[in-house]
Amino acid sequence: MSLSPVEGVALAEIESGGDAEAPERKGVVGRSPGQLAWARLRRDRTAMVSGGMLVLFMVLALAAPLIQMVYGIGPREQFQHLLDGFGMPLGYAGGVSGDHWFGLEPGLGRDIFIRLIYGLRTSLFIAFAAAVITATIGIVLGTLAGYLGGWLDAVINWITDLTLAMPFLVIALALTPTLVLRFYGEREAVSPAFGVGVLIAVFAIFGWTSTARLVRGQVIALREREFVEAARASGAGLGHMLFRQLLPNIWAPILVSFSLAVPQFITSEAALSFIGVGLSDETPSFGRMIYRSLDYLQTDPAYVFFPGVMIFALVFAFNLFGDALRDALDPKSSR
Amino acid sequence: MARFLIKRIFSATLTLFAVSVLTFLMFFALPRDPVTGMCPKNCNPERLERVREELGLNDPLVAQYAGYMKGIFTGRDLGSAQGGHCDAPCLGWSYVTNEAVSDTIARVLPVTLSIVIPAAVLWLLLGVGLGMVSALRRGTWLDRLAIGFSLTGASLQLYFVGAVLLLVFVYNLRLLPVPSYTSIFDNPLKWASGLVLAWVALAFLFSAIYARLSRAQMLETLSEDFVRTARAKGLAKPKVYGRHALRAAITPVVTIAGLDVGGALGGTVITETTFGIQGLGRTAVDAVRAGDLPTIMATVLIAAVFVVLANMLVDLLYAAIDPRVRLR
Amino acid sequence: MSPVEEAAARPVTETEPLLRVRGLTKHFPVRTGFRGRSLVRAVDGLDFDVRPGETLGLVGESGCGKTTTGRMLVRLLEPTAGTIEFDGRDITHAGRRELRPLRQDLQIIFQDPYASLNPRHTVGRIIAMPLQVNGIEPPGGVKARVQELLEIVGLNPEHYNRYPHEFSGGQRQRIGIARALALRPKLIVADEPVSALDVSIQAQVINLLRELQRDLGLAFVFIAHDLAVVRHFCQRVAVMYLGKIVEIGDRDDIYERPQHPYTRALLSAIPDVTRLGPGGRIRLAGDVPTPLDPPSGCRFRTRCWKAQDICATEEPALVPRAGGGQATACHFPESGPVAAATGAPAVADDAGPVADDGTAGAGAADGGSGTTVEEVSK
Repeated sequence: MSLSPVEGVALAEIESGGDAEAPERKGVVGRSPGQLAWARLRRDRTAMVSGGMLVLFMVLALAAPLIQMVYGIGPREQFQHLLDGFGMPLGYAGGVSGDHWFGLEPGLGRDIFIRLIYGLRTSLFIAFAAAVITATIGIVLGTLAGYLGGWLDAVINWITDLTLAMPFLVIALALTPTLVLRFYGEREAVSPAFGVGVLIAVFAIFGWTSTARLVRGQVIALREREFVEAARASGAGLGHMLFRQLLPNIWAPILVSFSLAVPQFITSEAALSFIGVGLSDETPSFGRMIYRSLDYLQTDPAYVFFPGVMIFALVFAFNLFGDALRDALDPKSSR
Repeated sequence: MARFLIKRIFSATLTLFAVSVLTFLMFFALPRDPVTGMCPKNCNPERLERVREELGLNDPLVAQYAGYMKGIFTGRDLGSAQGGHCDAPCLGWSYVTNEAVSDTIARVLPVTLSIVIPAAVLWLLLGVGLGMVSALRRGTWLDRLAIGFSLTGASLQLYFVGAVLLLVFVYNLRLLPVPSYTSIFDNPLKWASGLVLAWVALAFLFSAIYARLSRAQMLETLSEDFVRTARAKGLAKPKVYGRHALRAAITPVVTIAGLDVGGALGGTVITETTFGIQGLGRTAVDAVRAGDLPTIMATVLIAAVFVVLANMLVDLLYAAIDPRVRLR
Repeated sequence: MSPVEEAAARPVTETEPLLRVRGLTKHFPVRTGFRGRSLVRAVDGLDFDVRPGETLGLVGESGCGKTTTGRMLVRLLEPTAGTIEFDGRDITHAGRRELRPLRQDLQIIFQDPYASLNPRHTVGRIIAMPLQVNGIEPPGGVKARVQELLEIVGLNPEHYNRYPHEFSGGQRQRIGIARALALRPKLIVADEPVSALDVSIQAQVINLLRELQRDLGLAFVFIAHDLAVVRHFCQRVAVMYLGKIVEIGDRDDIYERPQHPYTRALLSAIPDVTRLGPGGRIRLAGDVPTPLDPPSGCRFRTRCWKAQDICATEEPALVPRAGGGQATACHFPESGPVAAATGAPAVADDAGPVADDGTAGAGAADGGSGTTVEEVSK
């Protein structure tokens, strides 16, 4: 097929001025959207400070047995000789001293500092496990509902609505002892690990809906995008569509929702323990400590202070970091 | 609109039905033996068996469920040990408290309402107001203060805040009495002074969340074209913000508020436990501790009814404001 | 330029068609009002063939069903009725596995170069995607093939590790073209491939497509609302109105001897820099009727200045007139060159300069909306 000469020249002229479209940059390896977000996060002071705090908390939690060795006191050791006749710790601010940095629990006389360290461990473990499980369930159901649509979408949506209609705290409250009773007899001792497992299971049952909703919405928005159609036009199967085309584009909101779900689970775990159904008294937990401390509110205010501030700092750091992460991943959003 | 209403009521009924079946299964079918927990001290096997029989636990599950539902809508006859006939909203008989569960609920529901409704008014006014002001004064010290407030509030625990409030206002300053419930009809002043700490604690945490939410919504709305057009048309600032932007920004806030209030009515468990007020939530906790199945079941159902009703109300409100919703 | 030269270069017309479309129909159900379902007749019975190596232009206003047609051809949409035969095989309702071997021969280029590339993938991965999902290991490896493709579409082969956001619109469209070429297709459906690009970039991309068509012997279904671009690129042209083809024929017949009043109206809306002012512009009255309830008989009759009673009662068939390959669906076809109807110099005389001064892709024929100031000033 021949071009007419005149036309050819005219178009050739345009062509010659053409490829200066994009600024040439040194190096041919491009920076992925993920790398760009990471760079933004690195520049964000709040993110770095809160991230540092989180790392510190995690190290403390992981190194709890090591800290116990150095500190020399275990979480279940009782120091009755440091309590007065009413079970109140001797000395100032709940018995704060060189040996007991945050003082002692009234009544049982256990060391608050080491119990907080172990409580951190419990709290973070439960929260992360629950967040990972709920994110997985949410991603799977959300992608399937959003991508396949139809009756599957309707069913998953209905289950989501149903789960949201269940009063979480009351059901969790009632379900936990029921489950314990199911597997243990009335007077049998319940192993602490079982209590933790039940808590995680309850969180998993009720916690997946928000991720599923988020993912479903994102997938529906992406489903009609042309790059997804391009893959379909090339004959891509379901697996390729979901894992290669769709998921890489929604990990940012998933990551943000994950980072904000962790503090929520920390709060929920503490709340359940506070009500007194989460964990047995043996397992160190923030919620449990605060619940016990309410009885001593007038006589030993320091007891409520340490766990309260600790859990605040933990949740605060997570929330700050989650916000910063959102800003880094989606620079357009204004918070 | 009528069609939407019918559809919405139908789906709400369906959800409630499913919730009731699920909770029923959860509490009556899941435990190894539902009676063991609720038996008073020094139980002998004969007494256990009698309780089981009176509760109908030996019947097939479907019959148990049908009986329970029949009790709610028409009332039913319970054994003489359970107070004989039980009138229409019959939720069963509690062996732990030795009264009809509906009586217990009737006693504690006003308590929870008295906590939640004033608190909700407080947190909506404070939260939305703060969010709007900080969006309109973006970047000023006021905005930064509001952001700090909402971040702090969102990270605080209700029981910790409650404990601090108790410590300061009740135990140290002695400005307020120890929290308790008095009926508003008996003594409004005592009613308010007994509950004000609970309101403040709830409102503080929730308004932090609402300030954050409404600030984000308002900022988004302000950057939208129709607001800019309204400004460009020469409409005065208060008019644009008040009439156009506020309305658009507040709708999502209303949705969440509806759900939160609905959820809170189902029992402010933590608040009631912290302040030692016997409302629906505390009743649920006590029932769980005592293994009082009929009361647990009733509290869960009532909480679910509140959530579903709130959900429906929000949807209807939406449909009234925005005609597009009806077509979905 | 001379039409005779073009005719000589056209592939032999007697060969078996590569793509044969008969009665192709797509109806979308929509919910309306209180409680009713009705159908949007987006595409309503199309017949056309595309021979190997041929370029067929599909033109019409927005909403006339061009894009729906394109998506049905590559089976992104399921046709309501009709058949699509590709290379002698009926693919109208073929499943994914049956389509696999055909996917390699049938590819699509999308309109929006910003939406059609996965922002999280490198250019290399994007172009290699069709190879990957079809399990094809090209000789010399995937990377070599990707670099070869990048070179073919005029991009730096070293850029395979970059991300789409690092490229301009024109470059992104080249990436989309490279992806379509990866499987060495025989037919490419190009869905408005240049309408989202700047005018100066449009010409480059069109030239690239043209070179590819010539070098690789590709057939194209080229969907566009821009008559000037179509004239530049396509050998045959089909004009669509409200889901139907109203006229189909060789480029020169369509542009110089249009028979359907609608085609005439569209052509008269091409901006002509040599003649400013209202000139021979045919202004259509009213709006396009809704495809929910298209007019009876001839769908164009509500806006046609020649409409008679018969147009409302009887639907004109798409029948060949004046021998040749030109077919028109009209009871009262026009005859003679464009000039006769417009009372202005023949368009053919002016078309050269329009293309030559670089505004070939000015894109002003969008829905017959007329010339904007910006375009005239170029």
